Amino acid sequence: MDATAASLADGVARGDRRSIARLISLAENDDPIGAEALRILHPRAGKAHVIGITGSPGTGKSTLTDRLIEAARRRGKTVGVVAVDPSSPYTGGAILGDRIRMQSRSTDPAVFIRSMGTRGALGGLSSHTADAVKVLEAAGKDLVFVETVGVGQAEVDVVRLADTVVVVLVPNLGDDVQAVKAGLMEIADLFVVNKGDLSGADKVAADVEANLMLAHPPAAPDGGVPWSPPILRTIAERGEGVVAVLEAAARHRAWSETSGEWSRRRVRRVLDQVRALLERKVTLFAFEPDGTPRPAWKALLGDLVAGRLSPQDAAGRLLAAFKP
Amino acid sequence: MTERPIRVLVAKPGLDGHDRGAKVVARALRDAGFEVIYTGLRQTPQQIVAAAVQEDVDLVGLSCLSGAHMTLFPKIKQLLVTEGAEDVVVFGGGIIPDDDAARLKASGIEAVFGPGTDTREIVRFIDQHPRFAALRPVAA
Ligand SMILES: Nc1nc2c(ncn2[C@@H]2O[C@H](COP(=O)(O)OP(=O)(O)O)[C@@H](O)[C@H]2O)c(=O)[nH]1
Ligand SMILES: [Mg+2]
Repeated sequence: MDATAASLADGVARGDRRSIARLISLAENDDPIGAEALRILHPRAGKAHVIGITGSPGTGKSTLTDRLIEAARRRGKTVGVVAVDPSSPYTGGAILGDRIRMQSRSTDPAVFIRSMGTRGALGGLSSHTADAVKVLEAAGKDLVFVETVGVGQAEVDVVRLADTVVVVLVPNLGDDVQAVKAGLMEIADLFVVNKGDLSGADKVAADVEANLMLAHPPAAPDGGVPWSPPILRTIAERGEGVVAVLEAAARHRAWSETSGEWSRRRVRRVLDQVRALLERKVTLFAFEPDGTPRPAWKALLGDLVAGRLSPQDAAGRLLAAFKP
Repeated sequence: MTERPIRVLVAKPGLDGHDRGAKVVARALRDAGFEVIYTGLRQTPQQIVAAAVQEDVDLVGLSCLSGAHMTLFPKIKQLLVTEGAEDVVVFGGGIIPDDDAARLKASGIEAVFGPGTDTREIVRFIDQHPRFAALRPVAA
């Protein structure tokens, strides 16, 4: 039952849930029909406010997202969610469990939630996430949340596609320190200190504040007022403080639009995706998706392993032979 | 269709609060290379079908120990058909007498696994299902 690209794109534009779901799958599987449908939908995308939610496992990102969905729906906004969880590097399998905490609006037709595994080691994640976001935008969602674990570079790349990045921290994880290490301080537009019902939330907030003061406040692109990331406190499980997070995200959007940051990030988003696609195309020319070398260069491999060919030379020869 | 991970929704309809079996199945399927979407306890048929559609899953695995399988399983299959997702393969597990299992199969539940089923049997059911033959890597 292969739908054609045009009818698929049409279904997505009408908000048909089967079409949205199917197109996200096709994009995720690098299917040419998916690529064609995305091309058709391209002009319809780019209008949603994309909010990235990142932080260590267990900090309450999914719970917070659930409450944000609820708050956004109360304001009449339609919502899409892309929730990314790690795939096993050994089997490629995954347990995607973010939906467990996202049940408040699970049958609301204006809410579309999609889980994604990080899949292969060979990149593609950020590009596939960008595609999923684009499908949800084209389907007319006002807000799109992207939940991802803020650990590896691949995940940090994913949140870079957001207009507004929310970094979630909790007490007693040494998490604030982790945020600094993972480079999350630099990409955060808002900090949320969740689990305010536990002791130690004050300390996390103070640590983040101190770290922020050390960092140079980014100047607004046109020399206007810079954005200083607010530090918000929530108890996501009880829904406390969540509306304030949504409001801060809206303020960040308003600031982005007047400061020019909005379009700057949109440009960065497409450039990131082109770069990711290039990396992936070149890599998949030389390697199978599981990372083993393709037969085409088995001949080089012997010389490489024996040390007669340097990795630089091998890469150079492969690039010279590269055909898209 | 090219090779890709098979997606399975593992869901627990009904009011019983035991999800150990469902979690064991979820882990076994993950270890066999499937992408498992797990939605937690006490899901209504509507919630399960909404998740199945949004996640574009190939299969839905239902685990029910409350005894309500005869109403819940066929209801879910029927809602999937209403949603245009009739191609989703539905299987189930729980404490299900043979008579019930036969009737469930007649209502479109393609396989029924009793308590204590070796999870490899479930993996084999999916692996050998004709619908997914083209998606699986060819065994070396
Ligand atoms: N004490 C407390 N626990 C919370 C709060 N928010 C979420 N949790 C719990 O933290 C655990 C992980 O939540 P989850 O949303 O799955 O975290 P994620 O891994 O970051 O998506 C769950 O058991 C939640 O119930 C909170 O505000 N306070
Ligand atoms: Mg989560």
